[in-house]
Amino acid sequence: MSRIHSRLALAVSTAAIAALALSGCSSSDPISGGSETSAAPASDTIVIGSQAYYSNEIIAEIYAQALEGAGFTVERQFNIGQRDAYIPSLEDGTIQLFPEYTGNLLQFFDPDTTATSSDDVYAALKTALPEGLTVLDQSPATDQDSYNVTAAFAKEHNLTSIADLAGIPNLVLGGAPELETRPYGPTGLKSKYGVDVTFSGTADTTVDELVAGNIQIANVYSADPRIKTDDLVTLADPDGLFLASNVVPVVSTSVSDKVADVINKVSAALTPEGLVALNVESTVDQKSSKDIASAWLAANGPS
Amino acid sequence: MNVFAEAFAWIFSPDRLTGSLPLPLAVWQHLAFTFGSVAIAAVIAIPLGWLIGHTGRGREIAVALSGAARALPSLGLVVLLVLLLGVVHKTEAAVVAFVLLAIPSILAGAYAGFEAIDRTVIDAGRAVGMTEWQVLWKVEVPLGLPLLIGGLRSATLQVVATVTIAAYVGLGGLGFFIIQGIQIRSFPQILGASLIVVALALALDGLFALLQRFVVPRGVAGRGARRPRERSGAPTAAAAAATS
Amino acid sequence: MTWVFDNLDLIWSLTLDHLRQSVIPIVLGFVIAIPVGWAAWRYTTLRGPVLTTIGLLYTIPSLGLFALLAAAGVPLISETNLIVALTIYGVAIMTRSVTDGLESVDPATRDAAIAVGYGPWRRFWTVDLPLSGPVLLAGLRVTATSTISLATVGVLIGQSNLGYLFTNGFQRRIVPEILAGVVAVVVIALIVDLLLVLAGRIAMPWMPRRTQTRSERSAARARLAGGVA
Repeated sequence: MSRIHSRLALAVSTAAIAALALSGCSSSDPISGGSETSAAPASDTIVIGSQAYYSNEIIAEIYAQALEGAGFTVERQFNIGQRDAYIPSLEDGTIQLFPEYTGNLLQFFDPDTTATSSDDVYAALKTALPEGLTVLDQSPATDQDSYNVTAAFAKEHNLTSIADLAGIPNLVLGGAPELETRPYGPTGLKSKYGVDVTFSGTADTTVDELVAGNIQIANVYSADPRIKTDDLVTLADPDGLFLASNVVPVVSTSVSDKVADVINKVSAALTPEGLVALNVESTVDQKSSKDIASAWLAANGPS
Repeated sequence: MNVFAEAFAWIFSPDRLTGSLPLPLAVWQHLAFTFGSVAIAAVIAIPLGWLIGHTGRGREIAVALSGAARALPSLGLVVLLVLLLGVVHKTEAAVVAFVLLAIPSILAGAYAGFEAIDRTVIDAGRAVGMTEWQVLWKVEVPLGLPLLIGGLRSATLQVVATVTIAAYVGLGGLGFFIIQGIQIRSFPQILGASLIVVALALALDGLFALLQRFVVPRGVAGRGARRPRERSGAPTAAAAAATS
Repeated sequence: MTWVFDNLDLIWSLTLDHLRQSVIPIVLGFVIAIPVGWAAWRYTTLRGPVLTTIGLLYTIPSLGLFALLAAAGVPLISETNLIVALTIYGVAIMTRSVTDGLESVDPATRDAAIAVGYGPWRRFWTVDLPLSGPVLLAGLRVTATSTISLATVGVLIGQSNLGYLFTNGFQRRIVPEILAGVVAVVVIALIVDLLLVLAGRIAMPWMPRRTQTRSERSAARARLAGGVA
């Protein structure tokens, strides 16, 4: 009887110890490599976040490795998800640096903004950001929402701009579920261009659905390599449905100037074509963000 | 409680009947996926379970495979199958994932139902001259029904909750509102859609409970009555654990 | 498969995170289910409603439960949210096993313990709980497998675990990445299952190694019937 008791106790305590041990061993960063300490007298630890978007993760990893190269200790919290989810962490300082996109971020804080050009959007964003947050220099690289059709569909209906879609019947627009409610979604299409669409929440299957013909218009990020590889036509947006959306680092105001210097150099070196090339390395060559980032920094790094 | 009031307002708002996915359509899609997947899983698992229960062989393999199938992450499976089968077949891909989710519970319910039958009853059937088929259909199947229905009940509840994932690959269902709700951070929407899924689960659970009661043949001890305390209740309890 | 070899360190670190996020809810779920399951067993009038209600917790879709917890104050994008949600699911599965396990203890044994003079506390810990071990173990194995599989949904609230391989692989269209994730989850679940079986053998060496065959059960029943007469 006491033997049973002690055996039970042994098993339970072993399990408990195992649980505790496992809870101790972890890495809060999903990307391997962790935070490498450097020989230089380390300044603050910078926490960098990223969206649940592989391209954004690459940019964040570039920021991380650039800062580590400059002597900082970096903690990565990647793959967080929607803007609505991580902005609070930025505001309260749990995360200090985040790669973002000017236009989408501006619309998040100021849904009624009328700015559309790249410079206007950047200026408006600076004023729209709440206390404690600011943006560093924006990059020439862009990655914005864009409406695309297949080359065949464009040829069939003679399409070059979104306005040309007006009047075509049975149009289905595909994109992330949230697109249905966004100002540049179906309601914006109707009010700005008079285009009637029904919406289908296709999420990450959007491009495949477009190619398969189940939807006619797809919201695809402009830096997505599949626009080229799947022969898609991006429709022009003369009336400014979409805001220009350049890659821009969002930081909490407490970060040091040295951080700003390093990141601004990175931003300046990142071109639109360069960003597409990074995405190709990730999807076609299937390289990890870590490898892509180190290769890019080796080629474009601080001189 | 305010959050719940907002959720109910969301559910019953007339806006729910417009938009890309009217709520009634989403409920219908959700139920269609659930029933379809459970039905297919039943067609596969019930004969297999009956075979295992009747012959007494293959139980270990069934238990091991069921355990492995239960470990399959539905999200990963759906995503993998959609990539492999192509987006054109994403409905089929999702159904395969849900079927794999449902099979373990139904299989366990089928063979546990047979195992719980007192051997003397089977012997009695053979003694009065029944053939194996007659023993199967007239004795084992009816007596094994309560546990089988328990397995179907458990499988249905699991599937109805997991079908919400179908929206991740654009298949609609109530998961669409949950995913969209998270993206636009609308708690009333997330809560409202979740409450509907729970309501569906409650309704289905109630239906199965009724079914379990009335499908037992008249005169059999299990119908409507508490299961009498057996001398060794372990097999029954273990069977119940296996079907959950 | 070259993707897998190139990213072994990523898979390994995600696996460690995944284990941590699974083991804690399994243990907590088990611990919480014991008093709840005991109460449901002891107070038989409550048993049906309590077990049904708790069992239905499992049907709350995971995304919905995360949101519910967020509404109750746990931040949506946090590991705490995931762990609390997984614990709730664990309790939902495990409670019925506790009740069934206690129910399965031979009343004669319990009576013998009372006759010898055991108080209720001692009876619970030294008689009821150990003897319900086999059923508890069965339930714990289901709970563990379920939790490890379900934890992958945590990626949708930004928690890094093996689920990351699904969403990232899907975005980048890398089939080996998703496959690696599925295989890793199944392998971990099977290993944990094996460990639980071994733990069961250590803690309960009196438990029959394999379930009895039908003829063995009939024979046992016949012996019992003959013996009591």
